[in-house]
Amino acid sequence: MSFEYAPAPESRSVVDIASSYGLFIGGEFVEASGGGTFKTVNPATEEVLAEISEAGADDVDRAVRAARAAYEDVWGPMSGRDRAKYLFRIARLVQERSRELAVLETLDNGKPIRESRDVDIPLVAAHFFYHAGWADKLGHAGYGADPRPLGVAAQVIPWNFPLLMLAWKIAPALACGNTVVLKPAETTPLTALAFADICRQADLPPGVVNIITGAGETGRLLVEHPGVDKVAFTGSTEVGKAIMRQVAGSGKRLTLELGGKAANIVFEDAPLDQAIEGVVNGIFFNQGHVCCAGSRLLLQESIAEEAVDALKRRLGTLRLGDPLDKNTDIGAINSAAQLARIDELVSSGEDEGADRWSAPCTLPERGWWFAPTVFTGVTQAHRIAREEIFGPVLSVLTFRTPDEAVEKANNTPYGLSAGVWTEKGSRILWMAERLRAGIVWANTFNRFDPASPFGGYKESGFGREGGIQGLGAYLAVDDAHDVGAGR
Amino acid sequence: MTTPPLELSLPDASPGSLRRFLHGLPGVDEVGANARVASLGTRSIKNDAKAWAIDLAIRMVDLTTLEGMDTRGKVRAMCAKALRPDPTDATVPSVAAVCVYGDLVATAREVVGDRIHVAAVATAFPSGRSSLDVKLMDTRDAVAAGADEIDMVIDRGAFLSGDLALVHDEIVAVKEACGTAHLKVILETGELRTLDNVRRASWLAMLAGADFIKTSTGKVTPAATPPVTLVMLEAVRDFERATGRRIGVKAAGGIRTSKDAIKYLVLVNETVGDEWLTPDLFRFGASTLLNDLLLQRQRMASGHYSGPDYVTID
Amino acid sequence: MTDRVEVRKTYKLFVGGAFPRSESGRTYEVVAADGTFLANAAKGSRKDGRDAVLAARKGFGAWSAATAYNRGQVLYRVAEIMEGRSAQFASDVMAAEGLDAEAAARQVEAAIDRWVWYAGWTDKLAQVLGSANQVAGPYFNFSVPEPTGVVVAVAPQDSSLLGLVSVIAPIVATGSTVIVIASTARPLPAITLTEALATSDVPGGAINVLTGDPAEIMPWLASHADVNALDLTGVTDADLAVTLEREAAGTVKRVRGPQADHDWYATPSLSRLRSFVETKTVWHPMGT
Repeated sequence: MSFEYAPAPESRSVVDIASSYGLFIGGEFVEASGGGTFKTVNPATEEVLAEISEAGADDVDRAVRAARAAYEDVWGPMSGRDRAKYLFRIARLVQERSRELAVLETLDNGKPIRESRDVDIPLVAAHFFYHAGWADKLGHAGYGADPRPLGVAAQVIPWNFPLLMLAWKIAPALACGNTVVLKPAETTPLTALAFADICRQADLPPGVVNIITGAGETGRLLVEHPGVDKVAFTGSTEVGKAIMRQVAGSGKRLTLELGGKAANIVFEDAPLDQAIEGVVNGIFFNQGHVCCAGSRLLLQESIAEEAVDALKRRLGTLRLGDPLDKNTDIGAINSAAQLARIDELVSSGEDEGADRWSAPCTLPERGWWFAPTVFTGVTQAHRIAREEIFGPVLSVLTFRTPDEAVEKANNTPYGLSAGVWTEKGSRILWMAERLRAGIVWANTFNRFDPASPFGGYKESGFGREGGIQGLGAYLAVDDAHDVGAGR
Repeated sequence: MTTPPLELSLPDASPGSLRRFLHGLPGVDEVGANARVASLGTRSIKNDAKAWAIDLAIRMVDLTTLEGMDTRGKVRAMCAKALRPDPTDATVPSVAAVCVYGDLVATAREVVGDRIHVAAVATAFPSGRSSLDVKLMDTRDAVAAGADEIDMVIDRGAFLSGDLALVHDEIVAVKEACGTAHLKVILETGELRTLDNVRRASWLAMLAGADFIKTSTGKVTPAATPPVTLVMLEAVRDFERATGRRIGVKAAGGIRTSKDAIKYLVLVNETVGDEWLTPDLFRFGASTLLNDLLLQRQRMASGHYSGPDYVTID
Repeated sequence: MTDRVEVRKTYKLFVGGAFPRSESGRTYEVVAADGTFLANAAKGSRKDGRDAVLAARKGFGAWSAATAYNRGQVLYRVAEIMEGRSAQFASDVMAAEGLDAEAAARQVEAAIDRWVWYAGWTDKLAQVLGSANQVAGPYFNFSVPEPTGVVVAVAPQDSSLLGLVSVIAPIVATGSTVIVIASTARPLPAITLTEALATSDVPGGAINVLTGDPAEIMPWLASHADVNALDLTGVTDADLAVTLEREAAGTVKRVRGPQADHDWYATPSLSRLRSFVETKTVWHPMGT
């Protein structure tokens, strides 16, 4: 007697995608000067969604100049109270248009509508609300009585949480009095372009927010532009390092939010059913396209077998398919390139002798898909335990004692996040103290909030986004040029 | 879902053994359990799936009246409805059972014959505050009157004060008094308060011989809730893996709408699997739920919204 | 005044709580502001740097595990020792910077007071830089500052004691450990400081001081994968600063940039403390 869920598609009619888009500079959409374009595609169907402009050097220059003018003439002199009001307007507009934005995000990114609707878009609104409230209270934030903004911020964001990453960048920058030029990822520009329209609806002064589309080259031009005071980048560690080298000696402030290989540590006294939920959520939420994904499961050896059984059983109920279906748990991989990377690393796992198990799933014919996969028998020396896969692939390792768990968890150049599952309070705090990670989730995972600072240790980057600590990245708090650390 | 067996050293009946076993079970993180339930609550069940779920839910209802003012007349009317919920539509299935106080069992049996189950509450329902002798007599009377299911209550006072052996032994005794009748053990989760307690009480009841574990008497708020039911379903799932026995779960009290009922069916489906999607292993203890199921059924069949005049009050 | 022949000091490195010579065996001449020969200071090599990193990493274990209260007491003791040696410090500063007695004394006093100021910060950082965060759900969420780890710092070239202390103290106040490259031309006050450190309770490896040429040693330290952060305050060569930031990018180190003109007498902001902490945020559900 099988309970089949009927298709429950969210309607596409709520979105209106233009066939082509220009660049949003100085408060309006303008044509790119170079004439280069590229297409953005629905990864679940490979259908072309729209043609996107590629910003060249002249366009980048134009955008930075627009941001500079807006900073000097309007936004910089504006009171915090008034800046706050614009941010509140934007937050409200995001809420009003939330259904449209969620569908658009799912179409462009491939993530399930349930996630865009219940996680991404609500957090976007929350980030604007939270930072709106700070705009006129910066003197209370511990950075001095009247901390000043930096000027023009260049912001480059990834494709995994497109609109949310935009919110994490733009909300604090604007709240602190900076203006921005933001480049969304080339595979996911549509919600950023919709956001441009929201800025227009909010009557945000022209040039305060500029959205320029393009790929790696556009990002490089933007980061290098001498008219930029601050660079904020979220993306791969490899590109982050390149940006840091580029920016060296320029006097530009820099924050980086890079990759991770988080350990999710489950002790024998863990609340096991919730731990399994947390593990599944930790690596399969958003198809594993999460920098802070719990991609290494460290199981205490005494319960390892039982936990792996429970995990496989739970994975058997995951539903992979049409991202627009409200019952879908696992959506599409964002691009063919990303799928190839996942395939390569998964092959290496098999070659290196780990045991692979994949959830039985029917993969749709078109689009890019990868079934949730678990590797057991993994050790620290395996590539799949070391390199960020950025896909729905979990590597399972074991440990014997708390200190061994800490050692293994910390034995990586990354340090973004970690998970700890145990019912013993003293152990939670002991582990949290020793894990070298910017976020420690204890008996939970993948929780985000604008009030909660997010960012990594070591090669996962520096600087924090969110919370009182995140404001420092956008304020001129010292005459020393500081490219990173706990601000 | 076939899964490998669970290696557990089950306790013997001594108090220390029982306590060690139950306290050795994994804890439940309340926030995590609530989050899981919320996530499953977003499943969108439409069209054919919804129609199927509604009919299944109807077949799982234990149509219930447990009031001081119950009379033979009231019970007869409810039983008629239980057999044929919608007089205008013969395709509507009968419910699983009627559920009444022990002294009205005979009346219920007269109406329903052998077509559906007759469940009686017993053991000094709802409080459970009485001597074991009285509880056993309550049980025997109901069985003699024709009940083929007994819904007993555990001694919550004993549970909360740690006298787990007493709780266990009472269930064993009541099961014996049931004879061939099936035993549902009501945990009264609203008084147990924590999900850890719900997990322990579930295992305790199953170890003592319950055929079904049931959330609530319906006389205490909160009664059935999805998180509590989730924990009970997990316990039932693990018990099967440890012993090979399948125990049923009954969610009772506070489930009023079809939407609620469907959420529970999704919980069952994704926690313990579709083998439990049968009245033999899952029940709703409800009174107003049935009418909402009928209204939804009518809407799906006719295409327009129905109204209270189109369902019978009993 | 006698004709007594003085016993002159050999100026060595300070690594892991001990005073080794440079493994390269090299030295360089240190002269006073007026050109008189003062000493041959050790000329630190990349291997000295490597050894210093090992010592600093080892020292980090003990230093960061100590309570903040304990670190504060240790740092205060350094100030006590410095106070006792004021005259020696003043004489070093006079010679190094060509100051008169009064100006030198003023610098020494400011340096000791600076040290005391930072000693008082150790157990307050979490209250000022940390937070309990009001998240929208049943979670207890808190952020705490933690020491970043091993920091390599280039001390200011001109302010041989006050600038030096202003760079070292905030780093160690956070619980991080440091390898300081002293001012190339004016290293002697730094070496006197190491004597004060060695006789205080600062654990070995918490503070290490190398003398020599930053242009030689720093690129190795900037690329060293077991160094967590760089403080380039005293780097005066803009090209070197760029090179070092680029090297640092290879392991995503935190970099605090050069700061040439700075009034070291002014009360510091929290900026240097912030530079060498990592914020860790912890979530825990609140349920029954």
